[in-house]
Amino acid sequence: MIVAKRKPFDEIKEMIKPFKKVLNVGCGTCVSVCLAGGEKEVAVLNAELEMARKLDDNPVELTAYTVERQCDREYLAELDDMVKDHDAVISMACGVGIQFLAERFPEKPVLPGVDTTGLAVNQAVGWYEERCRSCGKCVLAMTGGICPVTMCAKGLYNGPCGGTNKGKCEISQDQPCAWYMIHERLSSQERLDLIRDFKEPADWTDQTPRTLIQPGYKKPENEEAK
Amino acid sequence: MSTEGNGYKSGSNLEKVLKAGHFAFTGELGPPRGANTEEVRHKASFLKGVVDSVNITDNQTAMVRMSSWAASLLLLQEGLEPNFQMVCRDRNRLAMQADILGASAHGIRNMLCLSGDHQQFGDHPQAKGVFDVDSMQLIKIVKQMRDDGKFLSGADLDGSPKIFIGAAANPFADPFEWRVHRLAKKVEAGCDFIQTQCIYNMEKFRKWVQQANDMGLTEKVYILAGVTPMKSVGMAKYMKSKVPGMDVPDEIIERLQGAGKGKVAAEGIKIACEQIEEFKEMKGVHGVHLMAIEWEHKVPEIAEQAKVLPRPVVE
Repeated sequence: MIVAKRKPFDEIKEMIKPFKKVLNVGCGTCVSVCLAGGEKEVAVLNAELEMARKLDDNPVELTAYTVERQCDREYLAELDDMVKDHDAVISMACGVGIQFLAERFPEKPVLPGVDTTGLAVNQAVGWYEERCRSCGKCVLAMTGGICPVTMCAKGLYNGPCGGTNKGKCEISQDQPCAWYMIHERLSSQERLDLIRDFKEPADWTDQTPRTLIQPGYKKPENEEAK
Repeated sequence: MSTEGNGYKSGSNLEKVLKAGHFAFTGELGPPRGANTEEVRHKASFLKGVVDSVNITDNQTAMVRMSSWAASLLLLQEGLEPNFQMVCRDRNRLAMQADILGASAHGIRNMLCLSGDHQQFGDHPQAKGVFDVDSMQLIKIVKQMRDDGKFLSGADLDGSPKIFIGAAANPFADPFEWRVHRLAKKVEAGCDFIQTQCIYNMEKFRKWVQQANDMGLTEKVYILAGVTPMKSVGMAKYMKSKVPGMDVPDEIIERLQGAGKGKVAAEGIKIACEQIEEFKEMKGVHGVHLMAIEWEHKVPEIAEQAKVLPRPVVE
């Protein structure tokens, strides 16, 4: 899933300083599961902001509302009337959700309440580890199901580098060396031949905004389809 | 493949020395943290006539320094041969190929292709690391440019760079059994010579060279054994515990400790010279790369003691 963490309180407070009536929109999907921007987090942030603004003698009126998914047009429609009544909108969705929200309400300042930190697994409640950079050219078949782009600090395709350190990465003792893990896994599967061959430079297809249209589908002919 | 009709790939001094079957001896110079050209010339003065080629490090330990190609040019002006180091951390494939062409145009004939220390170690830890290609891929890019006259993209070059291609090898990192395969991969990618990580664990190194011999790799690539004399017990302990990929056996530390006050550095040099003596006789080792870190002025003394002088001149 997509994971995020709430922005520092002071940063959010500074962002909304000029506004008197702010709508804080949570997202009920990924950021809800990772405890960053769901219904509960929206309520907590609003309470904190309300109190801080009161102390600053600059009260603010905050509304809390959480939609099912901010990256889906049908769920944003329910915000139309509400947004009109506010000076600004905070979105606690991931970077995708907040942009779709901003796109729908181009006349309103839409401000991020979280920092999106990646595509991660749920190791335990509150503990998430990044696993994918969505590079667009998956090499996991070659690397024993361990992503060198994400898990190697240098994103090497022909690792490990000279900095591999007793199974750890040179950057930290807490960070396993991806290529050490890849070697161990393929070794146990007796498939080391997969990484003996030279791997050509990557085709970085993630350098321009990507549009995906699945086979059998196409873009609507006109914008009215929105 | 000859590009000049003389049987040499680059015609660098290092290539000539190795091809003639001499035991090569290379040094290293770290560019200054500023535009101080005198510093480069001063350090270079100790190495002139003492080494066959001088590695010019590229923002080593991810600290910004005078660029390695620029310091390499200063060395050429001083009559020394540079070995231009290039790391994958700071350049994408466009900048790399452009610098390879520029370096060759100015007479730089050796290159060492490296991944580079992670930017987190350096003085700009917030930097975006490039790592567009890795060191293995960089080797192949240089080879393709030199031998096929083509960019990575496949487009034709207007004039091929003349570069003797070097790479690093760490015989000590885990998993040990993978190390020789990684060397094989670099040979396959097209490197002409290897400079190894600093060697202290001789037993492990012997084993690695033996594996490389058995696989026929040492007939395809020149291996220069990495040597760094220990200046102090503190340095040895630091290298053992703090430098990733370094293997310093306790015997080395004990020997330095036993040297007595004021004699530790001399003992460090003695150990290095004993190593060099062994490398001269070791099948599959074609030379030594001396990394006397911030100790350039000691290189002539070490070279003398290691009996690698005078350096051969190959026409």
